Amino acid sequence: MSTATTYRTCPRSGLQFEYQAEWLIKANAFVGVVWLLIGGLLAIGVVLTRWPAVHWLQAQTFYMVLTAHGLDMLIFWIIFFEIAVLYFCASTLLRCRIATPRIAWLAFALMLIGSVVNNIAVFRGASSVMMTSYVPMMAEPNFYLGLIVFAVGALIACFVFFGTLVVAKNEKTYEGSVPLVTFGAITAAIIAVFTLVSGAIILIPTWLKSMGVIDQVDPLAYRTIWWALGHSSQQINVAAHISVWYLVAAIAFGAKPMSERVSRTAFLLYILFLQLASAHHLLADPGLSTGWKVLNTSYFMYFAVLASMIHGLTIPGAMEVAQRQKGYTKGLFEWLRKAPWGNPTFSGVFIAIIGFGFLGGISGVMMGTEQLNMIIHNTIYVPGHFHATVVIGTTLTFMALTYYLIPVLFRREMIAPKLAQWQPYLFGFSMYFFALVMMGAGTLGVSRRHWDMAFQGHALAYEWPGAAYLMMGLVGIGGMAAIAGGAIFIYVTVGSLLWGKRLDRGAESPRFTPVPRAAPTVVAQTYGSAGFAAPGTFMLAMVFLVAFVLYYFINWKYLSTVWGLS
Amino acid sequence: MSAILPPTERLWYKHPIDRVEGTWIAIALTWCLIMFFMMIGWHIWGKQNLSTETYRTTPEQYTAKAQAVVDKWTVRTETDQKIPVVAPPPGSDVFIVARLWSFWPILELEKGKSYRLHLTSMDYNHGFSLQPVNINIQVVPGFEHVVTVTPNQSGTYSIVCNEFCGIGHHQMVGRLYVK
Repeated sequence: MSTATTYRTCPRSGLQFEYQAEWLIKANAFVGVVWLLIGGLLAIGVVLTRWPAVHWLQAQTFYMVLTAHGLDMLIFWIIFFEIAVLYFCASTLLRCRIATPRIAWLAFALMLIGSVVNNIAVFRGASSVMMTSYVPMMAEPNFYLGLIVFAVGALIACFVFFGTLVVAKNEKTYEGSVPLVTFGAITAAIIAVFTLVSGAIILIPTWLKSMGVIDQVDPLAYRTIWWALGHSSQQINVAAHISVWYLVAAIAFGAKPMSERVSRTAFLLYILFLQLASAHHLLADPGLSTGWKVLNTSYFMYFAVLASMIHGLTIPGAMEVAQRQKGYTKGLFEWLRKAPWGNPTFSGVFIAIIGFGFLGGISGVMMGTEQLNMIIHNTIYVPGHFHATVVIGTTLTFMALTYYLIPVLFRREMIAPKLAQWQPYLFGFSMYFFALVMMGAGTLGVSRRHWDMAFQGHALAYEWPGAAYLMMGLVGIGGMAAIAGGAIFIYVTVGSLLWGKRLDRGAESPRFTPVPRAAPTVVAQTYGSAGFAAPGTFMLAMVFLVAFVLYYFINWKYLSTVWGLS
Repeated sequence: MSAILPPTERLWYKHPIDRVEGTWIAIALTWCLIMFFMMIGWHIWGKQNLSTETYRTTPEQYTAKAQAVVDKWTVRTETDQKIPVVAPPPGSDVFIVARLWSFWPILELEKGKSYRLHLTSMDYNHGFSLQPVNINIQVVPGFEHVVTVTPNQSGTYSIVCNEFCGIGHHQMVGRLYVK
């Protein structure tokens, strides 16, 4: 049983897009990019205010702008784009029509309405409660209502994704197991369901409280459940952008996963353990037992960290194996030197992998350690960390994917390809710098979400060391450079949609062409050295491990010098 | 392009593992377990562990207890607002009241001595950020958190609020002395 629709085969990539799915992917990705643009404009206000020498916005405006920046970037930009990725991984990769396209459009409409309602509430000025909106501090009812409507929309979209998988299975568009990238997307969607339901569980009573229907939401219960939304939503990103990394490795190199078993098991570990990570936001809280904190914040003995360390090896490893098969076998790193560094889809992803691992990963594990958390909790180290994970990891990856999608999905020749070539370097490396100096300032204790580090006019003002001011100045410079990189991205992508040369639609057919099976696995033992298929990647992994171990113990050393606490 | 195609082997969980992956998984797992046991080990051998002693409280109950300590042990007042400087004997219970937008009172502790420090908020969430030591603890309304602290250096310390608590957040800063 199949419904009337058409499938077009992209002449460049060979990908097959179903009519409804194509429009849904475009719409979700486009609205995502609009939120990125808005969030990026707001970032200018945040950065130029926290740069002590500039200190641009008034306090009230600053807190409002910061609230909107957090929501628009962390929730709206990323989740809209992720829904596009989910539809792509189900419908396009499996060459299947989208299940219930009308309901998918309803989901899109709800997400759009929810995000706009939420933003209107924020910009009215009475809802500057930050993204976390900890009770009993209250925002306007529409602030919560917008988020709830958005979450319901996203939840419906996840179920359309699951439905599409069922359709593909029933209509036999593919044989055997789903591709690895789709498998990763399923992981993301399962985590998304957990996340969005948690959000609804706590935001609905908070919304009722904001209207005076109920009088109390327990502050600690709020924090505990809210973080199952707040942190776990970042785990959707991890699963989604790692899927995209595998996708780009396949597109740019024709790379196969080194081992389907390893990569898929690593995704399964995410489902089982990643959600527990939300507990590390509560390490400095009263009322929770030490055992609970240790077990949960270690993501159950760090099994989720293990999964990320596995992906961090297998993705560059798969690229290395593919390159070595093409004959780039000299030394440890010829495969990497001869990689397509001029292709922004590849360079963006590679900069994302390295930055996510070295900056985001190591700092994340450090701050998620029960005792070490006390020396960074709520300092600007925290945004330093998550700009490394979310901006360098997720946003840069999605930008890289967008460069690929412009000709393939949007059927436009990219304008300014030279500019696009440089964009991942400018954006990626300025974000590296930005995240590093932010973490530096946080190590000196500088608070996050704080308008005036000088405490002007206060009798008990604390004077931060000069180095803290220096670091915050560098945060300003790095931030502005990254914003310039973001502006180039918007110019190239939106410009291509407006002015790029229209490309051929490609052949259309009323029926899907079944997905072929992959070629049999060749165990690549003949290429590497010392029995290692990917010795260069292994060397990089060792460098990573040494950096990780050193940084981890340096922080314990520092902790051992502070006041005794028990 | 097999990451975007169904795997050839019907049973992906029987796909062979490459040696480089096997080695890395063993190393990474070992490191993960070391990190896990490090946290537990620090509870046994380390000196910086956050207490979890917590009681439910109300602003009235808590203020009464804090006021009693202030009445008994105030040694002087500081600033135009006459914030009391309180110096209770070592080992005793000391209280900090966090509210919009101040920490009250100013404590004066002795180096090398332990105190039971009580923290709570009268209204919103606040952050207890002790500078320049950089110890950070969340302060949640309705919950009285008791932490035993042992200052190891004398000097003047500041308590900065590092949890956003509204428009006066950046004016919320207190002080603490160690003799």
